[in-house]
Amino acid sequence: FHLNPRLSFAADQPANPYELPAFGNVSLLHYTDCHAQLSPIYYREPNVNLGIAGMLAKPPHLVGEHFLKHYKLEAKSLDAYAFTYLDFAEAAKQYGKVGGFAHLKTLVDQIRAQRKGALLLDGGDTWQGSWTSLKTKAQDMVDAQLALGVNVMTAHWEMTYGADRVKEIIEKDFAGKIDFVAQNVMSTDFEEPVFAPYVIKEINGVPVAILGQAFPYTPVANPKHLIPEWSFGIRDDRMQAMVDEARSKGAKVVVVLSHNGMDVDLKMASKVTGIDAIMGGHTHDGVYQPVVVDNASGKTLVTNAGSNGKFLGVLDLDVKEGKVVDYRYKLLPVFSNLLTPDPEMLKLIEKVREPFKKELAEELAVCDEVLYRRGNFNGTFDQLICNALMERLDAPIAFSPGFRWGTSLLPGQPITFEHVADQTAITYGTVTRNELTGEAIKGILEDVADNLFNPDPYYQQGGDMVRVGGLKFSFDPTAKMGERVSDLELAGSPLDMTKKYPVAGWASVQESVPDNKQIWDVVADYLRDKKTISKVELNTPKLKNVEGNPGLAV
Amino acid sequence: MASVKLKAKSIDGGLIEVKALMTHPMETGLRKDSSGAVVPAHYITEVVVTANDKEVMKTSWGGSVSKNPYLSFNYKGAVGDKLKLTWKDNKDGTDTAEAAVE
Amino acid sequence: VAAEDPAANPFTAKTLDEVLKLINATDSKPSTDIQLKAPEIAENGAVVPLTVSSTLAGITGISIVVSNNPTPLAATFTIPEGTSADVSTRIKMAKTSEVIALVQTKDGLFSAKQEVKVTIGGCGG
Ligand SMILES: [Mn+2]
Ligand SMILES: [Mn+2]
Repeated sequence: FHLNPRLSFAADQPANPYELPAFGNVSLLHYTDCHAQLSPIYYREPNVNLGIAGMLAKPPHLVGEHFLKHYKLEAKSLDAYAFTYLDFAEAAKQYGKVGGFAHLKTLVDQIRAQRKGALLLDGGDTWQGSWTSLKTKAQDMVDAQLALGVNVMTAHWEMTYGADRVKEIIEKDFAGKIDFVAQNVMSTDFEEPVFAPYVIKEINGVPVAILGQAFPYTPVANPKHLIPEWSFGIRDDRMQAMVDEARSKGAKVVVVLSHNGMDVDLKMASKVTGIDAIMGGHTHDGVYQPVVVDNASGKTLVTNAGSNGKFLGVLDLDVKEGKVVDYRYKLLPVFSNLLTPDPEMLKLIEKVREPFKKELAEELAVCDEVLYRRGNFNGTFDQLICNALMERLDAPIAFSPGFRWGTSLLPGQPITFEHVADQTAITYGTVTRNELTGEAIKGILEDVADNLFNPDPYYQQGGDMVRVGGLKFSFDPTAKMGERVSDLELAGSPLDMTKKYPVAGWASVQESVPDNKQIWDVVADYLRDKKTISKVELNTPKLKNVEGNPGLAV
Repeated sequence: MASVKLKAKSIDGGLIEVKALMTHPMETGLRKDSSGAVVPAHYITEVVVTANDKEVMKTSWGGSVSKNPYLSFNYKGAVGDKLKLTWKDNKDGTDTAEAAVE
Repeated sequence: VAAEDPAANPFTAKTLDEVLKLINATDSKPSTDIQLKAPEIAENGAVVPLTVSSTLAGITGISIVVSNNPTPLAATFTIPEGTSADVSTRIKMAKTSEVIALVQTKDGLFSAKQEVKVTIGGCGG
């Protein structure tokens, strides 16, 4: 379709960031990957988010100054705080926390009041990421979604509660209220569709199809034994068939609510035709403006709306004579200090937190540094997790998964049990201690590295690199599978490929894991014991062939 | 012993979609059990499907086909066709299932 | 296929070259009219779903070969008149490998390939 050349709103940003003039006749609101954060939090964006091969120097692989420059944003502005890691501690003190469902509710209602019939889309990773969601098997989040007024949802981490719980919520809580869509989930026996592939809703007389794309590699990245009868995958041939079917049923606007991850969405937009917009998540990229992708029959907008409740994406479409002719997009940061929390939602949040209040509030330790997770190789909070694993499980090496969720803390802010749960609350949190040969250790690092840096996005899983405690190594993201990791070194000596080393870890995707403690208890015990942590030595690999990569700032 | 689940339904274009799931260990003959002994090869070598006694599919397999094998294909046919699937394995085992096209 | 003579059975042959020789497939032309549908990353190396379909004319047979499997030939399909060149099955994959679909037509042998990654998994966004 035809595009308005005015892509950025930065130049004429109003004083109140929430004064967003309505535009067009079809509006879609989108949040994704909130990871069950009901209350306002801090969330530091990454300073390492490398793009390689065709993804080099393109959104979402721009960090810090490179991000500001690309989108012409001012340093030290509200936007710079929301979209980059720059001056994180100072900016956080100045501008405050982000997100929170009571604040999001106020914003959603305000935006909806100006946009008749606007739909609210939830991109998934909503039910997991907090202690209350784990303990209530996501009931807290389901109730919050209903109160927020979500219309359509797709999924990823939702699946880690098991197939029965997912079906129960869809069939009972969501019935007649929230459409759960996922075109790419098929039964493992006769390959029949498991969920509705799409829903068609009329907005101001315009039939709009919302297609769902669940995270394609759920049974690879998470335990498949929790969903043994469901198969996922990218399935872009079926995506094309479903887009065509929705159009043949009269849809004039086709939007994919995706949990593919941004690079996969960009490739899919170039291959599948007839999609007006892919509103994506999973890789937690706060992308300031849509990327416009050309394909055989037109153009597709690709957006990604960050994580942890920090953003609300607003896509306004002008649909004339059955076609999208123009659009406006704004990824609105949810600044908790600038929004009055919705009293009803606040009550609901207080009610679900009540039974857990005491354990959540326990102050375990204080750290002098910013604690964060997000980044391709390591974060300070993950380093603490690795340190805890090595010390409490008596192992010279620790692996911690490259999850992209997990909130941030400011220097001197007490680390509570709730913060530990924010990094660790999963349904398969048992810690492990394995004896692995040097060769096996290298094999694991190479395997995960290829899931992150394969030049073809369809072979990526959208997580970050496994966090490594104890072991030093060099890393070349541009090398081939099996050649990215080198110079492995433990306590000053080269890693012996044939010798076995104890390796501590957690979040095994295997079905049978030896009985052991849960990761949140191991980390909490470690922190209680330490009480004060002045410096976190971040173990990151020595990077090769990344000079000038704007996905890196050091 | 073994069982076969056979389904066939009419789809677009005058085609019948056939889907079958067979119960079989499909042992490659290369796998070792927990005591280290090689598990002997035991896999389906051939599957034949007929519609009203006319052969519509014949497939030969090795041990690389998954345990409890799946087979799906389409042929030109009609509702009511009588389908028959027969498999044979390398140990002279065999099984048959029948279904009518819906 | 003479299953009794192990030397001549392509299903027990241990290398890609041997398999291709035994099934007369050493010389195939790559074709974009063959669709090999396979996951880029296998959810489970023991169960990898594959679909091979083709719009080529005069198809009589389809074979599926997994280069890095201990016995690379997985399946061959005879396609009689009236049956679509569109078959699905599920295979085991020992490790990451190229999967090759070979399509026999009256005009010769054609092929398509895709890499299927077998990974240890874990992690995620
Ligand atoms: Mn997520
Ligand atoms: Mn995700």
